[in-house]
Amino acid sequence: MLELSHVTKVFYPGTVNEKLAIEDLSLNVQDGDVICVIGSNGSGKSTLFNLISGTYPVTSGTIKLNGHDITRMPEYKRAFTIGRIFQDPTKGTAASMSIEDNMITASSKGSKGLRISLNNEKRAQFRKLLEPIGLQDRLKDNVGLLSGGQRQALTLLMTVMSKPQMVLLDEHTAALDPRNAQTVMDLTTDYIGQYHLTAMMVTHNMQFAIDYGNRLIMMDEGQIVLDLSGVAKQQMTVEGLVKLFKNIKNKEYNNDEGLLTTD
Amino acid sequence: MIEGIFVDGLIFSIMVLGILISFRIMDMADLTCDGSVATGAAAAAICITHGLPIFISLLVAFGCGVLCGMITAGIHNKLHIPGLLASILTMTMLYSINLRILGNKANLPLLRVETLYTQMPKMFSFLPSEYASLLGTLLVVGLIKGLFDLFFRCDLGISIGAMGSNEQMVISQGMNPENLKLLGLGISNGLIALSGGLLAQYQGFADANLGQGMVVQGLAGIMLGEFLFSSNKIHLITLRAIFGAIMYKALMFFGRKYGYLIHITPNDFKLLTGILVIISLFVAETRNKASNKGARKKALARTKERRNQLNMEAK
Repeated sequence: MLELSHVTKVFYPGTVNEKLAIEDLSLNVQDGDVICVIGSNGSGKSTLFNLISGTYPVTSGTIKLNGHDITRMPEYKRAFTIGRIFQDPTKGTAASMSIEDNMITASSKGSKGLRISLNNEKRAQFRKLLEPIGLQDRLKDNVGLLSGGQRQALTLLMTVMSKPQMVLLDEHTAALDPRNAQTVMDLTTDYIGQYHLTAMMVTHNMQFAIDYGNRLIMMDEGQIVLDLSGVAKQQMTVEGLVKLFKNIKNKEYNNDEGLLTTD
Repeated sequence: MIEGIFVDGLIFSIMVLGILISFRIMDMADLTCDGSVATGAAAAAICITHGLPIFISLLVAFGCGVLCGMITAGIHNKLHIPGLLASILTMTMLYSINLRILGNKANLPLLRVETLYTQMPKMFSFLPSEYASLLGTLLVVGLIKGLFDLFFRCDLGISIGAMGSNEQMVISQGMNPENLKLLGLGISNGLIALSGGLLAQYQGFADANLGQGMVVQGLAGIMLGEFLFSSNKIHLITLRAIFGAIMYKALMFFGRKYGYLIHITPNDFKLLTGILVIISLFVAETRNKASNKGARKKALARTKERRNQLNMEAK
């Protein structure tokens, strides 16, 4: 459904800060894929997500979604099909507004009209949706009063409410404690199954990346260096991944220094 | 006399509502106000002196304000400069435009022409003329407040609020923040210009320097209102802004009336308004801290009580 071909991104071209963040990257995401993306800091994972969602324009290459060229489409239009959740729990919700107001903006995509669609029927719906995350009695509370875990769960709920086809999860449990992270992760799994979402997820937990989803991508220096799926992924171990990573690195450096923490 | 304060305050409150949109709802420092209030006054005055109906004149004033706000939003959107800088640009350019509108004069008197404030006493002839003006202005402000509250409860209005709180969220929901900014600043400055149009008629002249320091005065009004009560409901937020505007005008009135006793002249008002804003910010800050302190004590007391209760039950 998503097709990136020969995508390149250069930051600050022609200056001393010039950085080649993504280099000639091609990726084909199938409908229903749940892809875990791993790679050290600075390997281009977040930049890749920014390019897919349209935060930054690509320097060269094309991005196709369901066969349509979306390379030049602005971010807010892509958001109709691509939902995104950030590592920072404050990025997905409006802190100074109540939960119900947040949910009403998320209940349909695109420009809003002059209708007042927040009524008791909607509130009942929201209450039902909020039950799994235990916020059903706090519709009128400002989102700023919620904890990070609750906010991230709400963000997740708001993202899937508006029915995107694909979600980009950028380490969305990294800022949470282990228990909350588990809750949000369980919710994510539920929603992906329930709404048949295609998902790409950045994680730093290699064991998790091996266990979760149907495909694993490792990135390094702005390129995809490993793309595993099916049996190859199932049989992979953490040691195996580290060894593979070492091999790839050794080709360039001939030593182990900077392993997993380049730049 | 007392009615005068209220009429003045109510006209001013329309502008405060406009500033409320940009500063509080959209979280954008918009100084266009200093220019657009005079644009509204000039546009209304020139329309009225050319014999256009008053209602149409006010509509023109509102439209001019919308345009001013959209120019600021447009500069901000397309050139990616901060709203503050964009609005300073618009404000500065508007000074020249306002002089043009007024026919290259700094001042246009509205004498010997029908204005809203000569018509109101006729409309409500059962009242003394001052009270007729008050009633008329009150109706106008009531209507605007009603529409304002309705708009910010509808889906579009809520999205403007959401943008002020978190722009990324609005983008993620598939809305173009540029359009929301155009709309928000448009309405904001439309109201400000409308207030200018009414003010010109009330004081009997339009002046190119009318807008000087208006943003700060408007902020003072908003902040005074925020001392009254705290709420996240839009109809109460607008209500307290209107009260704040009237309180500010009352303060200024008494300053003008009794200020001479402590050697304060109207020349000092800008300084005093600035100090008032600083004091308001300071008081809000310390009140925040104080309530935190109180909250801790109370929370500790409650926890203790709960623990005692549990102990009692255990026994």
